[in-house]
Amino acid sequence: MALLEIRNLHATVDDKPIINGLDLTIGGGEVHAIMGPNGSGKSTLSYVLSGRAGYEVTEGEVLFDGKNLLEMEADERAREGVFLAFQYPVEIPGVTGITFLRTAVNAVRQHHGEAPFDAMDFVKFVREKAAGLNVSDDMLKRAVNTGFSGGEKKRMEILQMAALDPKLAILDETDSGLDIDALKVVADGVNAMRTKERGLLVITHYQRLLDYIVPDHVHVLAKGRIVKSGGKELALELEESGYAEFLEDAA
Amino acid sequence: MAADAEAVEQVKSIGEQYKYGFVTDIEIEFAPKGLNEDIVRLISEKKEEPEWMLEWRLKAYRHWLTMEEPKWQKPQYPAIDYQDSYYYAAPKSGDKPKSLDEVDPKLLETYEKLGIPLREQEVLAGVEGAPMVAVDAVFDSVSVATTYKKKLEEQGIIFCSISEAVREHPELVKQYLGSVVPYSDNYFATLNSAVFTDGSFVYIPKGTRCPMELSTYFRINAENTGQFERTLIIADEGSYVSYLEGCTAPQRDENQLHAAVVELVTLDDAEIKYSTVQNWYPGDENGKGGIYNFVTKRAACRGKNSKVSWTQVETGSAITWKYPSCILQGDNSVGEFYSVAITNNAQLADTGTKMIHIGKNTRSRIISKGISAGNADQTYRGLVRIQRGASGARNYTQCDSLLIGDKCGAHTVPYIESQNPSAQVEHEATTSSIGDDQLFYCLQRGMDEEEAVALIVNGFCKEVLQTLPMEFAVEAQKLVGISLEGSVG
Repeated sequence: MALLEIRNLHATVDDKPIINGLDLTIGGGEVHAIMGPNGSGKSTLSYVLSGRAGYEVTEGEVLFDGKNLLEMEADERAREGVFLAFQYPVEIPGVTGITFLRTAVNAVRQHHGEAPFDAMDFVKFVREKAAGLNVSDDMLKRAVNTGFSGGEKKRMEILQMAALDPKLAILDETDSGLDIDALKVVADGVNAMRTKERGLLVITHYQRLLDYIVPDHVHVLAKGRIVKSGGKELALELEESGYAEFLEDAA
Repeated sequence: MAADAEAVEQVKSIGEQYKYGFVTDIEIEFAPKGLNEDIVRLISEKKEEPEWMLEWRLKAYRHWLTMEEPKWQKPQYPAIDYQDSYYYAAPKSGDKPKSLDEVDPKLLETYEKLGIPLREQEVLAGVEGAPMVAVDAVFDSVSVATTYKKKLEEQGIIFCSISEAVREHPELVKQYLGSVVPYSDNYFATLNSAVFTDGSFVYIPKGTRCPMELSTYFRINAENTGQFERTLIIADEGSYVSYLEGCTAPQRDENQLHAAVVELVTLDDAEIKYSTVQNWYPGDENGKGGIYNFVTKRAACRGKNSKVSWTQVETGSAITWKYPSCILQGDNSVGEFYSVAITNNAQLADTGTKMIHIGKNTRSRIISKGISAGNADQTYRGLVRIQRGASGARNYTQCDSLLIGDKCGAHTVPYIESQNPSAQVEHEATTSSIGDDQLFYCLQRGMDEEEAVALIVNGFCKEVLQTLPMEFAVEAQKLVGISLEGSVG
């Protein structure tokens, strides 16, 4: 059984069709990259899968670990193991990173019948996860994403992913706003989380990220559909030729 | 949003969630309903008060008869029938217990349910190093128990009910009662001066730092009863005290009036930190029942370098109407006001502060966080007045409003009057709503909506909540979450 199975997905935002018959299957342990021009529906796909309000599914189905994903509310999907690393992580003034993380991790633990962490144990737990990501205690004491640099925000996203240990992680343009050093730290963090079970869906505009997080499959998204699929070499081809031909084809 | 219908359901169920809404079944002694000079005399007699106290009450009562109920506030309410209320209600057995063993066990049970420790030995038996809190518990019209009195007495600190203070420390009461809020101050304060039944009295002697938190717990239990408590705190030269008041009431369909007066006095180099966690019954989701919380709180920073800091977390009451204020008389004196006001469903609030700068180099700081949800409506109203002699005075005001949903309201009415050109007054105000993006971010990390809202709102209030004494900050954070349950869809 595949980890994620998307069949003939159609979705609208404000009644405007954005995803138009998308099929995609991700198995456990696989890394899939979705590439495509601006406006092709990349971010919409990530929001539809994570259940954001305002993203209406009009047709099709999505099975996650054999369960009907579309029937679940956003928070339930998260607790079941769908994680979205945001392109633009959101600021939450006054809430420290450590409090935010603990609230999230405990919500997921309780969902799985595990005892919530107390404050002391949690600090230990997070420090272990944070070490490889260059996230200091000081950063965890600051308000979530508030006044963070681009690199700090993305490292914080990956730390959340590591702490929540999802079955499926969707990385939405995680490379945007990162310089090369920050990109390496983030990519190393993601690579450290590649396991035989976990599925990764890497959404990106540029091939650059895929030099560091090497995918098993690459798909081209245009006008809300996957128009071409291939191996990691497809990303390099796209870097050469651009997206122009797909835009014409799909039109 | 798809969750709208569900949210409506959740909001509907909120009225049932007030967990302090129970009634203690206990024999109550009432004075006859209604208000007249005889009732005032009866209260004074019950309290075994000296003649001067009765005269003061009567002066207030007679003045009250000449006054008109104010109408300038934003929250409107049906006319109160002052003759249809009880002005004195006391648990029969709890009249004047000598020790806790004589207190009706039902009363102790009530406070246990509320989480208020009255039994010192139990508190002492707790974890070593756990904070000690001295508590004065007021049940309807009488104080039931004041804990840790002995320990405080060793340092010359007086902490008792105001009734006891009138009897035992008349010279202090005479000197300070009504000196900050005169009996003629305003309609509700004047009414309070006539019929106040109990409250707390604190005196901290010169150079003494009060070794523990002092706390009063107010509980309205009896039906159709107004609660008129009077609190007076005096911090003598170079002393310090931190004081906390908490309040709850049973769930009732009728509105109940709570018109308290709190007076604080700080002499040279003294400091009072006064924290309130107000959780009176707010009424049901349609605005039926709940407490009218019309309170006058004022501090006089009489001495130089003295300081008063008000922190309030207002989550309860059908209507909250109060402006804890500071009169900054002493040179270099400091006034602070930190407020979180949460109104949900049909709750209304008109609250803020007044900072009156009289002395030189006086400073004030106002941080107000208002959160409105449901159909609630909330007004911040504040006055910063710099008088002619207050050279070098400074004020900083920050008012932030957070709206949840599209049926609630937030208003900010700041008054600034400056008669001294060397004064600096700053005012900042923001209004925002909980962003869909913030909410989704939290949901995507596995939190449910209520958890997410509580987290975001607690972040919004952090500046204020962190001024609360440690042991109450955690409670207040939980209360923030509970007050807003079901407010987002």
